[in-house]
Amino acid sequence: MERIKKTAKLMEKAMNLLFLACGSLTILFVILITIFLVISGIPAIKEIGIFNFLFGDTWASTAAEASYGILPFILTSVYGTCGAIIIGVPIGLLCAVFLAKMSSQKVGSFVRNIVDLLAGIPSVVYGLVGMIIIVPCVRSVFNLPDGASLFSAIIVLAVMILPSVISVSETAIKAVPKEYEEASLALGATRTETVFKVVIPAAKSGIITAVVLGIGRAIGEAMAVMMVSGNVANMPSLFGSVRFLTTAVASEMSYSSGLQRQALFSIALVLFLFIMIINFILNMIVKRGKQGD
Amino acid sequence: MINTISKARKIKGLFLNILIYLAAGFICILLFGLIGYILYRGVPNITWELVSTKPSLLQGTVGILPNILNTLYIIIMTLIVVLPLGVGAAIYLNEYAKNKRLVKVIELATETLAGIPSIIYGLVGMLVFVQFFSLGTSLLAGALTLVIMTLPTIIRTTEESLKTVPMAYREGSLGLGAGKWHMIRTVVLPCVIDGIVTGCILSVGRVVGESAALLFTAGMANEMLNVMNAVQPGNAGSSLTVALYMYAKERGQFDVAFAIAVILLVLAFIINLSAKIAASVLKRKRG
Repeated sequence: MERIKKTAKLMEKAMNLLFLACGSLTILFVILITIFLVISGIPAIKEIGIFNFLFGDTWASTAAEASYGILPFILTSVYGTCGAIIIGVPIGLLCAVFLAKMSSQKVGSFVRNIVDLLAGIPSVVYGLVGMIIIVPCVRSVFNLPDGASLFSAIIVLAVMILPSVISVSETAIKAVPKEYEEASLALGATRTETVFKVVIPAAKSGIITAVVLGIGRAIGEAMAVMMVSGNVANMPSLFGSVRFLTTAVASEMSYSSGLQRQALFSIALVLFLFIMIINFILNMIVKRGKQGD
Repeated sequence: MINTISKARKIKGLFLNILIYLAAGFICILLFGLIGYILYRGVPNITWELVSTKPSLLQGTVGILPNILNTLYIIIMTLIVVLPLGVGAAIYLNEYAKNKRLVKVIELATETLAGIPSIIYGLVGMLVFVQFFSLGTSLLAGALTLVIMTLPTIIRTTEESLKTVPMAYREGSLGLGAGKWHMIRTVVLPCVIDGIVTGCILSVGRVVGESAALLFTAGMANEMLNVMNAVQPGNAGSSLTVALYMYAKERGQFDVAFAIAVILLVLAFIINLSAKIAASVLKRKRG
């Protein structure tokens, strides 16, 4: 009897430790990712010099006199993300308003299914369609030699961030207390005015969360962007061929060596920092929203 | 009753309403346009030969069977590793953890993992699994990279499901003298199967659609691998998504790319549907 109890107790202890180990895994992974990125990203930055690396405006990694400035990539990523947000967020927000306030239950669940399906389409498929439809369209509409440009990438990114923008802002709009609306309607505002002047301002923090989430998605997307942006390391221009931070890493990785390879890891480190800042902002907003309740 | 709404207000309201309906209509047209176009371009190119052979330079034929198999291998390997880890982590968070601060840190780490873009996973996977653990560019390295990526999904869905198990079940079991682990194994876990299944479906969705993380970890080879080879280090193989990318971007074979896109779309729909069914089962149980 005593022995059984002992083994049982031992088993309990072992399981406890095992589960603790599983739980700590995510922390371990985050630390692991950070350490590996920092260790492999720092040497190139040191060698090139942080100022030359971040603010150098030419990237010529394979030239005889190589220069490693990633300002074009940073700016392209920032512009591309901003463009995607400017196009994607208004459409997404209006669609969220439709789902939360305007649609009947049947139509609403139909559109919601559509949004979910859009979210499930792999990014390479978006890239493929962008490559075949949007790139030639952009070329002929704007009379360009090549349609693979920042503009095409912005359109593809705008479509790709739609699902998350829609679902997060819909949740936020739905969470606004019914009384706000009723008060506004009772004061004589029309339904549309109520939605735009009362409900949306009240759902502000949730909508900002949606925007920040969209920024995170857009800045981290690699494959779809690689297929439509032309992938030349120019300073960004709307109709020029450009390279993003993500695509800079992906496009040269397979044949790089030496300092060039190390510089690619440094680019990844910069991208990682961007993402961490965005995550941090996201956490702050969510926390503040919770305190407000 | 005097109508006090001015014309300007009416027009503005009408305008905004139209915009809202336009946006909703745009989403629908977007999806149906996408699906229609992909089916139109892809379906005629799906032949039995394409899905049942491997590409042959000698005969000049293209086949995607290796890519289909690779995708399958990666899914299975990823799930086998991530399931115990993710479920274990969720059980720790919901059943064992007493230290509030540790739970908070774990949750923060989980959210951070969920927010990291896949290209970074690809790079770190290359550094850690391909080089550091010298697995070589292989399906195994790709699957392990995806384990880290899908871990947050499994943890979140399992945790949500764990929260729906009534406290009384646990108290009943413990009151009868069961140990904690015995209680979890016999009472709690059977109750959360549906949550775990939902997590699996969502993870499979992520794995099927993933490309950037696999490019440098699982590689771009199109060789046929059997099960024994697939789990060994050093055997590279491209998944359907990576193959699509290679056919479209590097080789300009858009017919094959669209055929793969159709397969990916069908898979995405099946996964979406199963996730919906699993979620409704979960909801019914809760309600």
